[in-house]
Amino acid sequence: MLDLMTGNAAAAKAAMLARVEVIAAYPITPQTSISEKLAEMVANGEMNAKYIKVESEHSAMAALIGASYIGARTFTATSSQGLALMHEMLFWASGARRPIVMPVVSRALGPPWNIWTDHMDVMGERDTGWMQLFCENNQETLDLILMAYRVAEDKDIMLPAMIIEDGFILSHTFEKVDVPAIEEIDFYLHPFNPDVKVNFRKPRRYGSLVMPDWAMEFRYNNALAMEKAKKKWVEAGIAFKKAFGRDYSSLVELYRCEDADVALIVAGSAAGTAKVSADRMRERGRKVGVAKLRAFRPFPTEEVMRLGEGVRTIGVFDRSYTFAQGGAIYGEVRNALYPMASDVRVKGYIGGLGGRDITEAEFEKMFEDLLAIAKSGSMSKDVEWVALKDGSYRW
Amino acid sequence: MPRLTLPKDELVSKGHSGCAGCGATLLARLCLKALGPKTIINSPACCWSVVQGVWPRAALKVPVIDHAFECTGAVSSGIRAALDAKGIDDVIVVGWAGDGGTVDIGLQALSGAVDRRTDFIYIMYDNEAYMNTGIQCSGCTPLYAWTNTTPGGKNQEWKQVAKKPIMEMLISNGIAYGATVSIAYPEDLVTKVKKAKTIRGTKFIHALSSCPPGWKIPSSKSVEVARLATQTGIFPLYEYENGAYVLNKDVKTKPVEEYLMSQGRFKHLTPAMIAEVQRRVDEDYAALKAKCKGAGASG
Repeated sequence: MLDLMTGNAAAAKAAMLARVEVIAAYPITPQTSISEKLAEMVANGEMNAKYIKVESEHSAMAALIGASYIGARTFTATSSQGLALMHEMLFWASGARRPIVMPVVSRALGPPWNIWTDHMDVMGERDTGWMQLFCENNQETLDLILMAYRVAEDKDIMLPAMIIEDGFILSHTFEKVDVPAIEEIDFYLHPFNPDVKVNFRKPRRYGSLVMPDWAMEFRYNNALAMEKAKKKWVEAGIAFKKAFGRDYSSLVELYRCEDADVALIVAGSAAGTAKVSADRMRERGRKVGVAKLRAFRPFPTEEVMRLGEGVRTIGVFDRSYTFAQGGAIYGEVRNALYPMASDVRVKGYIGGLGGRDITEAEFEKMFEDLLAIAKSGSMSKDVEWVALKDGSYRW
Repeated sequence: MPRLTLPKDELVSKGHSGCAGCGATLLARLCLKALGPKTIINSPACCWSVVQGVWPRAALKVPVIDHAFECTGAVSSGIRAALDAKGIDDVIVVGWAGDGGTVDIGLQALSGAVDRRTDFIYIMYDNEAYMNTGIQCSGCTPLYAWTNTTPGGKNQEWKQVAKKPIMEMLISNGIAYGATVSIAYPEDLVTKVKKAKTIRGTKFIHALSSCPPGWKIPSSKSVEVARLATQTGIFPLYEYENGAYVLNKDVKTKPVEEYLMSQGRFKHLTPAMIAEVQRRVDEDYAALKAKCKGAGASG
């Protein structure tokens, strides 16, 4: 059924459709309306879930880990400082192999205080063992949350997942969303029935003390699961397309890249803007494409390499900075393309931090810059901050 | 000598890795006799994350969920919510944490759990310092005690303040039941834990558990020293329920000096310091008795 809803309403709706059993939530801008909507649905009996009003995000994640061990399907949502506060428990959730699904409404970390979107918060958690997927629009927020449960709870995976929607740009913007009937979702997403859950017939410890002789094997198993998740996301995408018609069968969505001279890799809502810019460039005869990065964890190394085989000049737009070489995605892309480093040029663009608008015109400048690099075969800078103002300011 | 009337079930196996004379190990054994096998324990970083043994072995015959230091209240709420969601109502949820994990780093999540009126039993085994990391001062370390972070030294930097009044804090927070228990009074302990099982809401058990390496006492003396804590009035055994206090063992007959001088961590105390401890204990004990009487008068 077609509906008009915000990204946050779509996220809450997805939790309802997934028949989530335990919710633990704590307010933070711009996530708050997800937890409010869920509270309302539980209070009205539209959703048969237990809602724990926790006293922090750290406790939200801790509570869900406990609930997941009983075998309940679990859900929370957060942003920015809240995600950072969860950091310790993010490691715990993935190490304990609890398939918690959590939309993260991306937002800058302070100081300076800033409630608007960037990806510094989620990139700060990239090594916690969570799957991380970016949404371009509200439809994707709804769909990816549903798919996330299917992948996360797969017996070969059992890893938690963050579904990232950009703060305000998606979270508070109304868009047309096709909402499947809950009965259709039941067919796509089966009840959670994990092998590892509390069992009184065989009492054991969950999250025990492991000595150096075996601890590394536990970590390696997490790594294997993350690797397998690539295939599982593709399979979940194919099944989703079959059931609902929308295509998420690749971890990187290629837009006009087939014959492109240059391509720009973008994650999140900015991918939509980049696509419009690419259309404009194409109208002017400029052969440019957009590669929308849907999954950041697992990282689609093979897809990026295939892109590099066809397109020899690649730009990466990052809404984050690592305080090393460029943004988080840039580092991963260069890493993936290293085996063909001599043939492919990769340039990083940093922009859209702290909610700075990133316009079609800015993307057009990036495309022109990439085309110039493709033509000359050289680039003066590896990483550039775009749309940066001059002028004095104090920190 | 009369025989103890404790339940026979043993839910702590032989082969745990607790220290000789560990009060917290004996405490778990006694508590589990009262709790029974349909219990889920959740436990943060503490001595018990080691005492239980190393993977793949485990000393407890009930399921145990391990988690991070400050989470006990939150994980307990999560477990109970999931059991409720599944319609399971015959399971006792127990949060099992040390004193630092309760009154310091775990206080926020515990207060949240009480505020949510989570139906569970929180058992704080109080060995009066961060013992698992090697005897550092916690909010439960008593006045004037030596620890590795209250080492005395030239500036006499022993613990400068009394223990946090955790029971009073939680009573005002909204617990349904509170009780102090001691390994030296096992029947009283088992009675109280069994009672806690029958009450809905958050139940808080404050258990004094002696620690031979941390208190600097011989491992053979851990029960004896714990008994002295009650006999000197330092750790009175009482219950709180529905606004009423009950003093279970009115056995304050000995001077605090006897308790203090039995332990290496207090060996530096001067007569003036001992007198100050005695003054405070007398005052606190009188206040507790007054509360018990007040409760009695109001029915």
